[in-house]
Amino acid sequence: MIKHETIEKNIGLMILLIIIVISGGGLAEIVPLFFQSSTTKPIDGLRTYTALELEGRDVYIKEGCHVCHTQMIRPFRAETERYGHYSTANEHVWEHPFLWGSKRTGPDLARVGGRYSDDWQRAHLYNPRDVVPESKMPSYPWLFENKLTGADTQAKMETLRKLGVPYTDEQIAGAREEVAGKYEIDALVAYLQSLGKLHTVYTNKR
Amino acid sequence: MSAFWSAWVSVIALAVILGCTWLLFATRKSEKHKETTEETLGHAFDGIEEYDNPLPKWWFQMFLVTVVFGLGYLVLYPGLGNFQGLLGWSSHGQWEEEMKHAEEQYRPVFEKYASLSIEQLQGEEAGLKMGQRMFANNCSVCHGSAGTGAYGFPNLTDNDWLYGGNPDAIKASIANGRNGAMPAWGAVLGEDGVRDVTSYVLSLSDREGVDAEAAERGKSQFQALCAACHTPEGTGMQALGAPNLTDDTWLYGGSFEQVAHTIRNGRAGVMPAHSNLLSDDKIHLIAAYVYSLSNQ
Repeated sequence: MIKHETIEKNIGLMILLIIIVISGGGLAEIVPLFFQSSTTKPIDGLRTYTALELEGRDVYIKEGCHVCHTQMIRPFRAETERYGHYSTANEHVWEHPFLWGSKRTGPDLARVGGRYSDDWQRAHLYNPRDVVPESKMPSYPWLFENKLTGADTQAKMETLRKLGVPYTDEQIAGAREEVAGKYEIDALVAYLQSLGKLHTVYTNKR
Repeated sequence: MSAFWSAWVSVIALAVILGCTWLLFATRKSEKHKETTEETLGHAFDGIEEYDNPLPKWWFQMFLVTVVFGLGYLVLYPGLGNFQGLLGWSSHGQWEEEMKHAEEQYRPVFEKYASLSIEQLQGEEAGLKMGQRMFANNCSVCHGSAGTGAYGFPNLTDNDWLYGGNPDAIKASIANGRNGAMPAWGAVLGEDGVRDVTSYVLSLSDREGVDAEAAERGKSQFQALCAACHTPEGTGMQALGAPNLTDDTWLYGGSFEQVAHTIRNGRAGVMPAHSNLLSDDKIHLIAAYVYSLSNQ
C-alpha cells in the first residue's frame, strides 16, 4: 500500500498517477471516435471544397468568423426550425480543422449556403448595417481590396490530401489559376454559399 | 459500435468510477486519526503547518453521492458502450419527440390557413401575424424588418413590383426565387453611349436638369438595346422582372451616376428560392403577409 506521504513527496509518481486518473475520460470518450464509421466515413455524396471555397475558408479563419459564429446545429427543434437539419459528424470528416465554434454572438452558419444572394453577402460583409441596421457585426471592407495570389493554394490542397481529403490531381493542378486574381471577398462568399451544400442527404427545409 | 469498442468504453468507465471509490476508501483506511485532533504532520513551511486530520465527513459523503449518481446515470442513460440505458433516451430521439409534438400542435393551424386563399387570409389577423414572424426570421435581413427594402433589395410596401404583386406572383417569387439579368452595356455603348442612354432613361421620369440633346441621342440606342425588356415606353415588363423606368422607384439608386453604373455594368439581383428552405404552408403565410404590406 502506497502511503499518502510517498506520493506527495515523489512528484514524478504523483504526475504518473494523475495522468492515469484523468486519462480515463479521454480513453472512454475520445479514443473510440477514431474508429467509428459514423465519425470517420464521409456522408454520402460529400464533395470537397473547390480551390476558391478553400481559400474562402482560410479567410473565414483569418478574420475569426468562427469566434462569433458556430457551424454546429444541435438536435433541438428551436435550432432545426431556424437553421435546418441538425449537424452530424460525418458531414465534417474532411474539415481540417473543424470550425464548429463554441459561442454564438451571430447565428449558426452550418447551412447558410443559398439562404442569401451573393449580392447580399457582399453588401453585408462590406458593412452589415447597410442591410441589417441593428447588426453589431464588424465591417470587413478590406476583403474587397485584398487580392489572392493562389501561391499557397496547391500546397494547402496537397496537405489536406495527406490528411485524407480526396483532392484529385486535376483539382490541384487547376487550383492556382482558379484562385489567382480573385478578391478575398469572392473566396469568402463562395465558401459561405457552399456551407450545407456539400452534399444533398439532408433537406434543409424548415 | 463494435463489441470491442463497446466493451472498451464500458470497462474504462466502470474502472474509473470503481477506482476512484477504492482510492477514497483506501485513503480513509490509512488515516492515522479517526477524529479531528490538534496533531500536525510535523512539517512546517514559513511557519505554516498541516493538521493530520481525517477527510471531512461532509466531503467524504458528497464523494459517495457522486459515485452513486454516476452509477445511476449509467443505468438510466446511454454511457456504457452499446447499452442504451433503461430510459431509452437519445438526443435525436428527443428531437424527434419534440418535432412530433410540434407537428401535432401546429399542423391544424397551418392546415386551416393553407385552405384559405391569400386574399381570404387578409382578414385573418393571427395568420398574418404568423406570416410576419416568419418574414422577420427569413426575409427581413434583405428586405428590412418592415419590408421597406434596402439598396439592391426591393421595397415590398410600395405596391411597385418587379415581378408582379398578385398572390401567385408573390408566392412564385418566394418559392422559386428570381434571377435579375440586366446585361452590361458598357462595352457595346462606349462611355459616351452610356451617358446618352442614361440621360434618356432619366428623361423618362421627367427629371429636371437632363441634357436634352444627349437624351435625344440616347433614345435610338435605348429603342435598339433596352426596349426589348423595358418596352419602348420604358414602363418595364414584369414577366422578365424589367423595372419600370418612368416612375421614381430606383432599386440601385436613381442619380445620374448610379443609373449610368447600372447601364455600364449590368445588374444581377438574386432572390434565393425558398422552396428548399421553407414548407409550402409557411411560404403561403409569408406570401399573405407580403401581400398585405401593399394591399391593406
